[in-house]
Amino acid sequence: MWIYEKKLQYPVRVSTCNPKLAKYLIEQYGGADGELAAALRYLNQRYSIPDKVIGLLTDIGTEEFAHLEMIATMVYKLTKDATLEQLKEAGLDAHYVNHDRALFYNNAAGVPWTAAYIQAKGDPIADLYEDIAAEEKARATYQWIINMSDDPDLNDGLRFLREREIVHAQRFREAVEILKEERDRKKIF
Amino acid sequence: MFTTRKQYYPYISPFDPCPPIRVKTYVTAPNLYLGFQPPNLPQFSPHEALQKGTLWKVFYDPYYSPYEMANKGDYK
Ligand SMILES: [Fe+2]
Repeated sequence: MWIYEKKLQYPVRVSTCNPKLAKYLIEQYGGADGELAAALRYLNQRYSIPDKVIGLLTDIGTEEFAHLEMIATMVYKLTKDATLEQLKEAGLDAHYVNHDRALFYNNAAGVPWTAAYIQAKGDPIADLYEDIAAEEKARATYQWIINMSDDPDLNDGLRFLREREIVHAQRFREAVEILKEERDRKKIF
Repeated sequence: MFTTRKQYYPYISPFDPCPPIRVKTYVTAPNLYLGFQPPNLPQFSPHEALQKGTLWKVFYDPYYSPYEMANKGDYK
């Protein structure tokens, strides 16, 4: 079970009214390497992985939901007061026709989220390598969004999220080392 | 000097249609270099750690856009 804390993991500030940024940010909401995909991937894989690393998948999977909430807040702030003209300009007119200003799990190109984005192979090494790749891809996505954004406050929040991906990748790499069970052993080859 | 930013120089054809980007850059984040984290590494203060996104100085590697870099001069 979970205990919900009614605050964001890191404060979200958006300083410019630029709904176009919402279109980019939605990639991390409902995209292949986004926070939803990350959370669901890890929290599902943890049932069929050695005991030693279950806790890590639970912790990181849970944190991804906290990131999802931050992205949602950013998108919401950028779209809630946007005029129809601004939505059109931002390329969000098709989104409006389908969803009004509601958030939806799709990527920056409007493709809806699918479970085909994630995998559970049941092989611990295969799954952890997928997780490492997912973290590096999420890190890269944050870089490309930061490159597209000129909002300093928004970028501050994105930098925090990107830093977390670096730490997550590190922990998944350590999980592989734990499963190799060669960490403390004297190496005689 | 060690850096987590790397460069390469792609082939430029004399017949390319657009002005070439001569230098391409990519990131090699600190998690690639450490292996299993050794004990007793330097930490940020709790307040700083919450702001930076990591407790461990070795993993702190913030990314700034070219636009921000141009306005800041440096990125750390
Ligand atoms: Fe992550």
